[in-house]
Amino acid sequence: MPWGEFKDTAAERRLFQRRAMVMLVFVFLLLLVLVARMYQLQVVEHDIYTTLSDKNRVQVQSVPPPRGLVYDRNHVLLAENRPVFSVTVVPERVGDIDHALEQLVGILDVSDEDLERFQRRLREPRRPFQEIPLRYDLTEDEIARLAVHRHELPGVEVEAELVRYYPHSELTAHALGFVGRINRDELQRIDPVNYAGTNYIGKSGVERFYEELLHGKVGYQHVETNARGRTLRVLERENPVPGEDLQLHIDLRLQSRAHELLDGRRGAIVAIEPETGGILALASVPGFDANKFVTGISVPDYRDLSESKDKPLFNRALRGQYAPASTIKPMLGIAALDSGAVTRDLSIWDPGYFQINSKGRRWRDWKRGGHGWVDLTHAMAQSCDVYYYEAAIEMGIDTMVDYLSRFGFGEDATLDVAGALSGILPSPDWKRATHSQPWYPGDTVNLGIGQGFMLATPLQLATATALIANRGEWVEPRLLKDIQGDRSAEEFLPAETHEPLQLKDPSDWEFITDAMAEVMHGSKGTARASGRGASYRMAGKTGTAQVFSLAEDEEYDAEEIKERLRDHALFVGFAPTEKPQIAVAVIVENGGGGSGTAAPVARALFDAWLLELSSSGSGSLVSKADLQNEVP
Amino acid sequence: MAAREVFSSTASNPLGRPRGFWSALHLDPILLFLLIALISGGLFILYSGADRNLEVVKAQSVRFGVAFVVMLVFAQFDPSVFRRWAPWLYVLGLAGLIAVLAVGVGAKGAQRWLALPGLPRFQPSEFMKLVVPMMAAWYLSRHFLPPRLSRIGVGLVIALLPMLLIVRQPDLGTSLLVGMAGLFVVFFAGMSWKLISAFLAMVSVAAPVMWFFGMREYQKQRVLTLLDPQSDPLGAGWNIIQSKTAIGSGGVDGKGWLQGTQSHLEFLPESHTDFIVAVLAEEFGFVGVLILLSVYFLIILRCLFIAVTAQDSFSRLLAGALTMTFFIYVFVNVGMVSGLLPVVGVPLPLISYGGTSTVTLMAAFGVLMSIRTHRRMITA
Repeated sequence: MPWGEFKDTAAERRLFQRRAMVMLVFVFLLLLVLVARMYQLQVVEHDIYTTLSDKNRVQVQSVPPPRGLVYDRNHVLLAENRPVFSVTVVPERVGDIDHALEQLVGILDVSDEDLERFQRRLREPRRPFQEIPLRYDLTEDEIARLAVHRHELPGVEVEAELVRYYPHSELTAHALGFVGRINRDELQRIDPVNYAGTNYIGKSGVERFYEELLHGKVGYQHVETNARGRTLRVLERENPVPGEDLQLHIDLRLQSRAHELLDGRRGAIVAIEPETGGILALASVPGFDANKFVTGISVPDYRDLSESKDKPLFNRALRGQYAPASTIKPMLGIAALDSGAVTRDLSIWDPGYFQINSKGRRWRDWKRGGHGWVDLTHAMAQSCDVYYYEAAIEMGIDTMVDYLSRFGFGEDATLDVAGALSGILPSPDWKRATHSQPWYPGDTVNLGIGQGFMLATPLQLATATALIANRGEWVEPRLLKDIQGDRSAEEFLPAETHEPLQLKDPSDWEFITDAMAEVMHGSKGTARASGRGASYRMAGKTGTAQVFSLAEDEEYDAEEIKERLRDHALFVGFAPTEKPQIAVAVIVENGGGGSGTAAPVARALFDAWLLELSSSGSGSLVSKADLQNEVP
Repeated sequence: MAAREVFSSTASNPLGRPRGFWSALHLDPILLFLLIALISGGLFILYSGADRNLEVVKAQSVRFGVAFVVMLVFAQFDPSVFRRWAPWLYVLGLAGLIAVLAVGVGAKGAQRWLALPGLPRFQPSEFMKLVVPMMAAWYLSRHFLPPRLSRIGVGLVIALLPMLLIVRQPDLGTSLLVGMAGLFVVFFAGMSWKLISAFLAMVSVAAPVMWFFGMREYQKQRVLTLLDPQSDPLGAGWNIIQSKTAIGSGGVDGKGWLQGTQSHLEFLPESHTDFIVAVLAEEFGFVGVLILLSVYFLIILRCLFIAVTAQDSFSRLLAGALTMTFFIYVFVNVGMVSGLLPVVGVPLPLISYGGTSTVTLMAAFGVLMSIRTHRRMITA
């Protein structure tokens, strides 16, 4: 036989049977191990894995609320939301990612910055099949080109999100502010739950101040997704609460007129409705296109804006701090009368200069030969400096500071204007603290004509002027007029804090108003050219602030320096004198004299508001009958 | 030869019962029934695992058709044919494995296929799953059982030699199955328990040595991932976390056929190949798993019965080893999918999508049926 040896087949069979039995037990035991494992997973730990499975499958997506819109007082849209398209890539579905990127760069305008950010995100740990954004804010052209090449680019998607858009951007950038992508600092500050789906936040202006109102409340939806993160169906949804739509006091037409009047210059205009404190116009020229900042401004664009000599990013209306010069005289006039330093009839002799004592320094009047005998009305109309030097010394610094502070100088008196500065209202204490020097009587003299240490923003000057227009009734300046829906703006405006300025003789208000009217309408008024031919009576005061020196880092350019050494032109005023509807402050940097440059701007604004614009709004106080009587 | 065939066909019916149909086909009806039950049930799970892709089910059905024919062909040979050819097939298989290492083709850094001109592409390592137990059974059954120590040594070498060649491809899963097939022959032949203990002790000493010198980085990674899948939840740990989640979320009675969220929402990878048992567990729950394991157990029971009742040592050893190899498939696959064992590429036998292993498995069942149906009259 082939086996070569004798075999005990029966014994071999028995041996095999025993071994097979052992194997059977072995198999059975191992199968029991598997069953036990399955029992552990499926019965004992079932709940854990059900949760895991649902977590896999059900994603809670936050639904960002649409940001509230912003309107002007006539319901013209100032800030809206528009869909912006971005292109995203799902690397898992692309195949050759480098090739796909190369192709995309050929179709779209992709900057190195975008590519770098994309590569960084690609290296970071993430869920499989999660998309990575490559470029934001595609143009319609690019979307169309992408659509044509779409079949060659699997895993490349175009996605839409709502992004802030300012249709009148150049006009409203400084008044409204703008939104931008949430940065790291803001991330610390905001409520991470409510901002879960939000990419943008108010950076400045109204957008920043009313961020909470405009943002709204985040919504949620539970969606079933597959492993690639693709949403298959919505299981449950809680809608977001959209942000509130705001109406501002701003009148876009007046704002636009203000920009036109300052066109080609640098300056600011603030117009306030005295009765309500509503800011009708808040112009800082030049402006800039805030839309560029929303999705992220490019480095060269930002450099152009920030390095421009005209400083378009600088909000002159809120943050430009200027010496108020003679525009401070109406407020000081009130102070001098009420404190008893002067009387309405007091006349002084102006020889063209002022001395505290006969041997001391001479403070010059702007008019070389002097004005001769002047009373308060003449001193206002002709902007006599010597009268105010004298009045200042008579009042003393403490009295002046007391009154000026009640006009809102040296503080941010606004309710909802984000970023407004408070200027400087100098006092002996302030001077000691900042300059380590005592207060000299000469400092008081300088303050008498709004020069020296004092600084004020155009918004502060307008506020103080509106207080005169209101005859001492404080109405803090504000932007918010109304909120869409049942709620009133007062709910969201900070509380008013100022006490009315009550004079011992309230008719002093009328006296000063009349004196200011002399500036516009009097035969010797400094702004009589601007007041001529008006169908209404207006009150005003011109100012001319000296520009002392250039900033050190500015380049030498003869023409340039000549222009930038010229005085700042200022003007404050209101109209009409009875029941005033508008109070303005105008500053034209390096504009020369206030009467020649700033006053005509203010007159144009008065005309625009009283004769054209406000009548279409809440009705004009200048009735047609008056017009027929006064216009020749 | 013809006379022998006639003789054995009558001999396969010693009690004279009318079993002409199955005997003529050389099929074991019980085993056949169990296999068909497993395969047809498996196709339903495959349909779900492949996310309702009917094409996949059709392709797999065609493979089962081919595999069934292979089984039928193998069943027609007398077991003695396998015995006589075993050494030559073994040499051929080794040559094939060496050729794979030299000129093989493959993908993902592994060379497993041999593409010879004029022949369809095939994996010599699959072929060895059958040939190694045949060779070991041939060698050991030539002598007294239990074998002497030196013969056990030779038996182990017969198993380990192809195993080492397959590990180098590298294909850990197949080398494990091939090696196990040889070891089971040695075990069934009667290797003494003392030796078995010594051998197991040696393996446990060799394991850390393998870790530092034998295993490749990706294999080490798989072991580490098994121990702590959360260490890399989106990478190597992803598969195991998702398959455990699929199984666990199935609960007692499952989410229902085609209702498994883990597989249909594409969280579960390889849901129609190696990880298909997770689909079953998710959709049919613990009950479904019990039924599946019961069917496997019945098949193993029937095969062990065939082995025990086989007429000569060669057939017994071969049948026993093939049965245990089948079991190892089941245990390693279910163990890896449920997170008990590291991830090695072992499919769930007769259910996972894939052609090669299906054909090999059905050929093995053909051998078992051949052993069952080719019986000689018992003489002294």
